[in-house]
Amino acid sequence: MNSWIEKQRNILDFTLSCLWRRKGKNLTFVIVYTFIVFLLASVMFLTDALKHEAAFVLKDAPELVVQRTLAGRHELIPAAYIRSLSAIRGVAAVKPRLWGYYFYSSLKANYTVMVPDGFGHKEGNILIGRGIARTHDIHKGDSMWFARSDGSAANFTIAGLLPTESELISSDLILMGESDFRRLFGMPEGYATDLTLTVRNPKELTTIATKIVEILPDTRPIIRDEILRTYEAIFNWRQGIMVAILFGALLAFAILAWEKASGLSADEKKEIGILKAIGWETSDVILVRFWEGVVLSLTAFVAGVLLAYLHVFFSSAVLFEPILKGWSVLYPKFRLTPFVSIYQVTTLFFLTVIPYTVATIVPSWKAAIIDPDSQMR
Amino acid sequence: MLRLSNVRKIFNAGRPNEWVALDGVNLVIEPGKITALTGPSGSGKTTLLTLMGCMARPTSGRIWLDGQEMTSLPERFLTQIRRESFGFIFQQCNLIKGLTTLDNVMLPAYPTGEPFKSLRQRALQLLDLFSLTPKANAKVEWLSGGEAQRTAIARSLINDPRVIIADEPTAHLDTHLSNEFMEIVQQLNREGRTIILASHDPLVHQAEWISAVVMMRDGRVEEAG
Repeated sequence: MNSWIEKQRNILDFTLSCLWRRKGKNLTFVIVYTFIVFLLASVMFLTDALKHEAAFVLKDAPELVVQRTLAGRHELIPAAYIRSLSAIRGVAAVKPRLWGYYFYSSLKANYTVMVPDGFGHKEGNILIGRGIARTHDIHKGDSMWFARSDGSAANFTIAGLLPTESELISSDLILMGESDFRRLFGMPEGYATDLTLTVRNPKELTTIATKIVEILPDTRPIIRDEILRTYEAIFNWRQGIMVAILFGALLAFAILAWEKASGLSADEKKEIGILKAIGWETSDVILVRFWEGVVLSLTAFVAGVLLAYLHVFFSSAVLFEPILKGWSVLYPKFRLTPFVSIYQVTTLFFLTVIPYTVATIVPSWKAAIIDPDSQMR
Repeated sequence: MLRLSNVRKIFNAGRPNEWVALDGVNLVIEPGKITALTGPSGSGKTTLLTLMGCMARPTSGRIWLDGQEMTSLPERFLTQIRRESFGFIFQQCNLIKGLTTLDNVMLPAYPTGEPFKSLRQRALQLLDLFSLTPKANAKVEWLSGGEAQRTAIARSLINDPRVIIADEPTAHLDTHLSNEFMEIVQQLNREGRTIILASHDPLVHQAEWISAVVMMRDGRVEEAG
């Protein structure tokens, strides 16, 4: 056993000296390899993190939202509609929602303002997302000025920052009480932005939606699944571009592996011949190549994955910004919640490290089974 | 003792460029002696050496080492015999570039699983024996012709083989270095090792300390004695 371990150590030692004596070539190779893994891992991390965020967004979304429309545009909905909707069989509860957008002209930033259920803070207090806090450089206890719809100024105190669980949805969010909201936007009492419905049996959603349009023809019911589909449609289109990048990176990797697999140089072949001639077995030669492949590909893999992690979760995927910009449900500046699945990393490992290692072994094995005499001639 | 019976070696068999390198060689190499294979270029000296050293298999015929038939052994056992019984000194030295002199000498013993420390110690002793200690950490491409030759000899001795096989060992050496090499060969022989040399250098095959000369021509043994 000891002699086996010593043999492995000796062979690993030789492998490292081999890598070192071709350091220029190997370093260039590791850089290219790392970049490919970085691209692949970035695409994987980003798409998965976005899916994760989207699932988080929709987790608490209402089953059914009813909006009023006027000339095809979204209108404020009268609170009186609640009674008509509550009367529909199968509807468990109807709640009004107050939300809107506030354009902060000095920073050219558009914020989402919402009145949450049970906002437990005093009048004049608001909760803000971390993106807003960063942009304005404000903290808990500071003040924030807004212009009301009549042009007067409104001063709010920051009662706290929103949790970071999903910065994608809370980054630009402002939460406030109902009275503050109505005063800020000049929204009359008895009106809401839209209404949310909970139903007793989700299978009846479509029937209830049909009934709503019959009873209130100026409304538009939106089922959660429809929102999900919209998200997916937008997401899949963007993902298509991502897949194109993924395909490009995989192609580059395939070329890299093929170049390695397609053969050894005359010097490398001769070296294998020498090793065999002085008493190395075919398996020893393969072991050297195996360790070489493992050291190179594992270094590139770890470096690529780490860089991709930093790129996606700390620099907001800055290299993919042109693709993400303009996505109506994503903002150019956001910070994704770090989310990495072991399954993904393992997939990437099997897509890169394993094929490359195999690609390095095969030509060496071919060279090592030939008589050393023929290899050295 | 090495015994060869009706050994043939054909390269590129069945192709237009088929070439018979050895044609029915019968030969006995006595243990503890210095045997020189000589003959013109292309006479089959190197091919015969590689077959005797288990670096290739004959197309037909058999080879025995101390009574053990080697030609039918699986590759793994052949490698083991090559590692344990033979030490090779090649015409071009065949040292591995980029590695140090010490690493090159240690290389044949890596697969034996000998602890690195004792292996290094033995390699350093061999380097000292051939006055190469100052060059231990120098890359082999920086060595002079004589130093490279002595490094190759040290490498051939690291696994303490019974038989040393040298192919045209003086081909790239001047007279002084050739004499130095032959001194080393005689010393190795005095230690009890069998030496087989292939050379058409008269300085080698006409030397008085050569025990047997095998004359070769066109892949056949013309004269042995």
